Amino acid sequence: MRYDSLLDAVGGTPLVGLPRLSPGPAARLWAKLEDRNPTGSVKDRAALWMVTAAEKDGLLRPGSTILEPTSGNTGIALAMIARLRGYRLVCVMPENTSAERTQLLRMYGASVVHSPAAGGSNEAVRVAKRLAAENPGWVMLYQYGNEANSRAHYETTGPELLADLPEITHFVAGLGTSGTLMGTGRFLREHVPGVQIVAAEPRYGELVYGLRNMDEGFVPELYDDSVLTARYSVSAADALRRTRQLVHEEGIFAGISAGCVLHAGLALAEKAREAGERADIALLIADAGWKYLSTGAYAGTLAEAEARLEGELWA
Amino acid sequence: MAIEVRIPTILRTFTGGAKSVEGSGGTLDELIADLDSRYAGIRDRLVDGSGLRRFVNVYLNDEDVRFLGGLEAPVRDGDTVTVLPAVAGGSR
Repeated sequence: MRYDSLLDAVGGTPLVGLPRLSPGPAARLWAKLEDRNPTGSVKDRAALWMVTAAEKDGLLRPGSTILEPTSGNTGIALAMIARLRGYRLVCVMPENTSAERTQLLRMYGASVVHSPAAGGSNEAVRVAKRLAAENPGWVMLYQYGNEANSRAHYETTGPELLADLPEITHFVAGLGTSGTLMGTGRFLREHVPGVQIVAAEPRYGELVYGLRNMDEGFVPELYDDSVLTARYSVSAADALRRTRQLVHEEGIFAGISAGCVLHAGLALAEKAREAGERADIALLIADAGWKYLSTGAYAGTLAEAEARLEGELWA
Repeated sequence: MAIEVRIPTILRTFTGGAKSVEGSGGTLDELIADLDSRYAGIRDRLVDGSGLRRFVNVYLNDEDVRFLGGLEAPVRDGDTVTVLPAVAGGSR
């Protein structure tokens, strides 16, 4: 495949079967490998769409500064695009994210502002909103509420899946900003009657949920639960076990959020098998495992790996 | 057998510090009412006039109850119910 530039190579990722993990020919699992994007994650799609929309709206001009709360992948995608398009980038990132991400961002020339570990991404959003208020010239793309984030998936991820797997019955993806699920989910619902759109979200250690009042939580502005048909909470232990299973049984070295998605996907496949229904389940694999090696998730026993992830934003 | 309910840090003031408590009921609503009879005030932190509070997530055996009927979701002995505050996701 030939492209004019790196940005033209965003999307068009492979969908590969998981014959060893699938329960049988009537209940099949498929993995959409988003690590095959230019900076190695699904976030290249959202980042490119958000930047392009901001340019079109006249918000971004050459030399502008972009500000974004991100624990990694969106920041890395934006850093690459900012470098190619001539913008400065400031990322607000929780201090309990892996060292690889900070190094990558700095290499691309982005500035990193750390937010406190307790409270996780909620805190990063809060700090970014404060910085935006203090620096009115900066442009916060704000992936949690930017319609261009979900539109990227409505226009690319959804159509790609439908073209490769017209018989799709389920789509499973991680729930972060909810952009992937909202955009892909809306597209698939419009084209595939009865398709199930399923969120898999990581269940973190207690530190991440913090001591905040139950009225101070965070739900992304993009999130619309009418697009989803189910939502699963997956523990670190289950996510780690499934991440290793992906390597051992299918040869796919994925990030830990993929373990979450696989865990939910296997539960759906089992339900379909019990009900005697055909299932073709597409799993969105958001990234590869490289950025998480320093977390220790891939070394030693599962119990050791789980202990190392306590208090970390592991997906 | 009973239903195990996992309590987030912020609500353990109601449960005397217990991370997990047991309850009973045929629906989530009945389970929460049962808990409130022993841990007075906890219901009000989970539920408002229109159902589950916006920033409260409740999972029945790891599945979000909002997709299982909300407060009317059927529960039974042996189930595990997990209560968590809504937070922003991770690698975004």
